Amino acid sequence: MTATAPPAVIDEDGLGVLVATLVAQGRTVVGPTVRDGAIVLAELTSSAALPYGWGVDLDAGRYRLVRREDRAVFAHSAGPQSWKSWLHPARERLWSADRTPEGDVTFTAAEPEAPAYAFLGVRPCDLRAIAIQDWVLTGGRHPDTGYGRRRRRALLIAAECTEPGATCFCVSTGGGPAADPGYDLALTEIVDDDGHRFLVRAGSEEGARLLDALPHRRADFVTEASARGAVDAARDRMGRALPPVDLRTLLGGSLAADRWDDVADRCLTCGNCTMVCPTCFCVTTEEVTDLTGDHTERWQRWDSCFDLDFSHLHEGPVRASPRARYRQWLTHKLSTWHDQFDSSGCVGCGRCVAWCPAGIDLTEEVAALHAESGTETRR
Amino acid sequence: MSGLPVPHLVTDRRVETADTVTLRLEPVGAALAEFTPGQFAMVHSFGRGEIPLSVSSVQSTGGLAHTVRAVGAVSAGLCAARVGDVLGVHGPYGTGWELERARGRDVLVVAGGIGLAPLRPLVLEALADPGGYGRISVLVGARTPGDLIARDDLARWRTAYTAVTVDRPDAHWDGDVGVVTRLLDRAPFAPERTWAFVCGPEPMIRATARDLARLGVPPHRVRVSLERNMRCATGHCGHCQLGPLLICRDGPVVGWDRAEPLLSVREL
Ligand SMILES: Cc1cc2nc3c(=O)[nH]c(=O)nc-3n(C[C@H](O)[C@H](O)[C@H](O)COP(=O)(O)OP(=O)(O)OC[C@H]3O[C@@H](n4cnc5c(N)ncnc54)[C@H](O)[C@@H]3O)c2cc1C
Ligand code: SF4
Ligand code: SF4
Ligand code: FES
Repeated sequence: MTATAPPAVIDEDGLGVLVATLVAQGRTVVGPTVRDGAIVLAELTSSAALPYGWGVDLDAGRYRLVRREDRAVFAHSAGPQSWKSWLHPARERLWSADRTPEGDVTFTAAEPEAPAYAFLGVRPCDLRAIAIQDWVLTGGRHPDTGYGRRRRRALLIAAECTEPGATCFCVSTGGGPAADPGYDLALTEIVDDDGHRFLVRAGSEEGARLLDALPHRRADFVTEASARGAVDAARDRMGRALPPVDLRTLLGGSLAADRWDDVADRCLTCGNCTMVCPTCFCVTTEEVTDLTGDHTERWQRWDSCFDLDFSHLHEGPVRASPRARYRQWLTHKLSTWHDQFDSSGCVGCGRCVAWCPAGIDLTEEVAALHAESGTETRR
Repeated sequence: MSGLPVPHLVTDRRVETADTVTLRLEPVGAALAEFTPGQFAMVHSFGRGEIPLSVSSVQSTGGLAHTVRAVGAVSAGLCAARVGDVLGVHGPYGTGWELERARGRDVLVVAGGIGLAPLRPLVLEALADPGGYGRISVLVGARTPGDLIARDDLARWRTAYTAVTVDRPDAHWDGDVGVVTRLLDRAPFAPERTWAFVCGPEPMIRATARDLARLGVPPHRVRVSLERNMRCATGHCGHCQLGPLLICRDGPVVGWDRAEPLLSVREL
């Protein structure tokens, strides 16, 4: 079978063999599982840990696990984590330096062996988020070698969306519940009278080899049509949407908008939105020295543009007010990201909406900015 | 991660002012790629961290000089480095002044405080090419006479015009007093055939660039060096953003045509 091979169908057993095969290959399999009242991403040793029969109920500032009537595993939208936790970890050693008594100094890159990840259940929005981080972190003049190593070895198994959450708006960011190229395998889950099964398409040679190793059958017309139908229906059932305007221009022209004061009154500047966002990549660095003082390490950890220190300069922070910091975040996501990296920084996964303790909803803020800009032009 | 520091030996240390020194560095092993004036390096102080520093001298041998002012832990650590110490350096990063674009034109250099350091190699490059440029003027402002750096250079440079002004004179000062933009009136440059190179604190850059625009220097020919917090210099930490710009990548040197709309937005 090759990457252009026709779609296949696997059942629950096939899914079990898939996870077992990946584990047997020595891969670190990461996928969804229920923990602490949420569907989180964690290392899986078997398919039994998948969230069979669990769904979620989402809204701005709200997340609840709910029992489903079927045994669907991928019928839940984005949880609090994303794959960046593995590809671009929250803490990472960059290099270390050692000093001899004579004063010679050597620098050593921390090149830990990258685990061979297999990500199971990557949402189409998250697939796009990974592509965006790829470009940000390895597409420029100075590629991030640690990210590059982890990314090159990672196998991506997408799960197309058939049940978007109330906070989802990927379609209005130019994506969709169908998976764009970039996956090794794409699964579409179907639960109907004909049973619980997955349409599987290979997107790479490695994905095709993996599919070959699973008990599968060639996709029948009904299964294929039903999978396509469910994904198409999901497209029309997005919980939210961004206004259908050129967001880059809208945000770029809204730097003086009154709405920023309004959102700044509600924003706690906690930075949750940046931590859960699958594309946010900002980090800071710190130096850690041992007791001898002759060994020192440079670490990088996630940072947030909501942190007051983020823009620290001689006279103090450049962006001291919450207004300026929320504005920085939103305009970066939707506008200046285009200037810096030739794409939007938002894939519409809705995480920032669900996990904001103040329930601030990016789509609502953009709609308000759009309304305000309209008021101005009419004046 | 990108940019593993390369060991450099401190071969000379020169005290410029009470809080500023110039360190001359030679690579211990293989040299970094050549820096051009206006670019910067990340310089590591053992156990403290690393900070962006512009090159204040570029050597074809691979040697570098940095003029550093102690304002915090890392810069103070670097200022305290002694001859024979080893520091880690990586780079070059960022855009340069691109003096060659000013060929045949008047060159106007305007510096505020330690902003003279990154402009120093540009002046040397221009002076090393007599006939390559029109008139070369250097205008320098400092808070007090004690804050002036590169005094010997200023005395030695045979530019068309060199002037220094201070905000607060002391008993011995008999030169100009006031902001650096006051010196623009006397400097011999023809605005329509001038390239200006400006570095200093942001309010000083803004005032200078606006006056130059008023005098008729086209905004893209006013080159300014911008500053933001920088943790990586490689476009990955996000700290140096100024609107659409990642200053470590798209700057620090940009034209005033790009900088002006950004620097006029409060808290951008
Ligand atoms: C492109 C570029 C080139 C630079 N070139 C030079 C140079 O040639 N010589 C020189 O002395 N300095 C230069 N700087 C400024 C220098 O990087 C900062 O002074 C330095 O980062 C302060 O670090 P610190 O750890 O000593 O201070 P910190 O402990 O980080 O902070 C102490 C003080 O420094 C201020 N500070 C922190 N970061 C910066 C920053 N990026 N810029 C300015 N102030 C900051 C803080 O507000 C605080 O008051 C340059 C900065 C940039 C971005
Ligand atoms: S900004 Fe919000 S909706 Fe967009 S990608 Fe980030 S977390 Fe998802
Ligand atoms: S928008 Fe919400 S999540 Fe983001 S910083 Fe403000 S309060 Fe926190
Ligand atoms: S300094 Fe890190 S992105 Fe520019």
